[in-house]
Amino acid sequence: MGASETMTPAAREPTRERAANYLLERHRFGWAEALPWLIAIAAFFVFPDRMTFGSQVLVMVMFALSLDLILGYAGIVTLGHAAFFGVGAYTVGLAAARLQWTEPISGLFAAAIAAGIVGFISGWFLLRYRGLTLLMLTLATAILLQETGNLRSDISGGYDGLPGLTFKPLLGIFDYDLYGHTYYLYALAALAVVFFFVRRVVYSPFGQALTGIRENVRRMHAIGSPVHWRLVTVYTIAAAIAGVAGALFTQTNAYVTLTVFDFDNSAKVMVMLILGGTGRLYGAFVGAAVYMVLEDYFSKLSPTFWQFGIGLVLVLTVLFAPRGLLGLFEKVGEYFTGRKHS
Amino acid sequence: MTAALQVEGLNRAFGALPVTRDVNLTLERGARRALIGPNGAGKTTLVNLITGVLKPQSGRVVLDGNDITGTSQAERARRGLARTFQINQLFRGLTVIENLCMTIGERDGHCNNMWRSAGSRRLVIDEALDHLDSLRLTDDALKLVRELPYGRQRLVEIAIALAQKPRVLLLDEPAAGVPSSESHLILDVVAALDPDIAVLIIEHDMDVVFRFAKEITVLVQGAVFTQGTPNEIMNNEQVRAVYLGQESHRGGRQGMHHG
Repeated sequence: MGASETMTPAAREPTRERAANYLLERHRFGWAEALPWLIAIAAFFVFPDRMTFGSQVLVMVMFALSLDLILGYAGIVTLGHAAFFGVGAYTVGLAAARLQWTEPISGLFAAAIAAGIVGFISGWFLLRYRGLTLLMLTLATAILLQETGNLRSDISGGYDGLPGLTFKPLLGIFDYDLYGHTYYLYALAALAVVFFFVRRVVYSPFGQALTGIRENVRRMHAIGSPVHWRLVTVYTIAAAIAGVAGALFTQTNAYVTLTVFDFDNSAKVMVMLILGGTGRLYGAFVGAAVYMVLEDYFSKLSPTFWQFGIGLVLVLTVLFAPRGLLGLFEKVGEYFTGRKHS
Repeated sequence: MTAALQVEGLNRAFGALPVTRDVNLTLERGARRALIGPNGAGKTTLVNLITGVLKPQSGRVVLDGNDITGTSQAERARRGLARTFQINQLFRGLTVIENLCMTIGERDGHCNNMWRSAGSRRLVIDEALDHLDSLRLTDDALKLVRELPYGRQRLVEIAIALAQKPRVLLLDEPAAGVPSSESHLILDVVAALDPDIAVLIIEHDMDVVFRFAKEITVLVQGAVFTQGTPNEIMNNEQVRAVYLGQESHRGGRQGMHHG
């Protein structure tokens, strides 16, 4: 501090430039960001017979990404995010089963709108609360939707769900294939579009305001931020994206049951995100992929006790890598390069 | 000329305990007013009522001739009412410059934009750096707030309030918790504030109060005990009895620094 007091404006210039450049460059794409996409494309060629599983991973990545937007960036803690996944899943499911609306891409848009509306309405009421109250209310939202579906099992199919759905070929050309190749690339393309959008939002002034709400909501009020409106907006966006993930889930599986609304589903996506690292976009990729691969591996190893393995990995992560696996990678990177990320 | 800020007959109680009793207070444009009073006199509560953190049970708050009693905290901030907090309220996990850019972004409405990159607005970044320059914080621009010593954080707190470009500024013990070796920096900043801004400062250190304020309001048990120029207050026997006589206040603060 002593140095800056005597510094002339000219001498201060490099310090200013460094600070300005940090902000000017931060949102630019880095080379490392190509990595998850290259892996996803490589997986298509390396594991051609595992593409149905691959699609499920991509769906969960998108679901976790939507949670990162509200949990990682805006700091909204929710245990009911499956509500929006479920609304999206049932939007395309019901449209196909009851209305014979089986065009897949328009289904994604319909799911986004339906889930977005549910997100907007519930968010408008719930986001006045924080902490445990909010946790319980979001949980209740998912249960209410599930029970509504159960109540009208004549429409929803109840817990048996809507089996054997068929969808039109993609773009009228690419048909569903037994190995799930088409749907893997379809899910990957959808994820890329959603990711590009989320990334824009996160690096925008609006995204910055979300981190401000997470870091100190009292200060946000004091500098004139319409906090409730910002939260409702991002909650609606996240709900719409979760809805798209749910729609992809239904389309790739060709069935949907009321279990999509389960508390398990809300908890699982949160575990994935925490495993990968919150508030860093790619945490959703790492977390969902690692979780799904481990689940797949452990359940083959021990069909009865596979959850023990998942639990152990989570405990170790929380204890030794509180910022998630991505945070751990960064730490290791810092150790070797001696450079500190901020 | 309308006053920058006018508080009329403000009342607020927590349960059966009245903490603000029929308070009237006027800040003319460019005012330099100190609000003093013993601990528990309701000074911070008054700031919270003026800024909208709390709602009064009766009375009005008028900013630049407009009644803002029913408006939200954020709305008041957008209309030019800024404050600092007695205990820092900062974005601790963000860098110092991001704290400033956030403030400017919300002030100018950029934060409604979710498509353009925050980093693409060079003017915002330059303005943020200018604010940091003026408080000699430039070297800390890229540090996380939580990595700064408390005294430097206190300056960020003030930098944020100034970046709001307020017309009325409420400073709640700006030098509280800062070692006396560093507090002069903060007091210099306060003394050099834009003369157009109306400033209300809550402060326990009487040297600061008498150096800075042109008018003083004494608050006792939630009510305005008396107001006047520093000289009048200093020579007021009753004030001396209830407040200035209690050397324990200054002693208490000094003790905190050494302890």
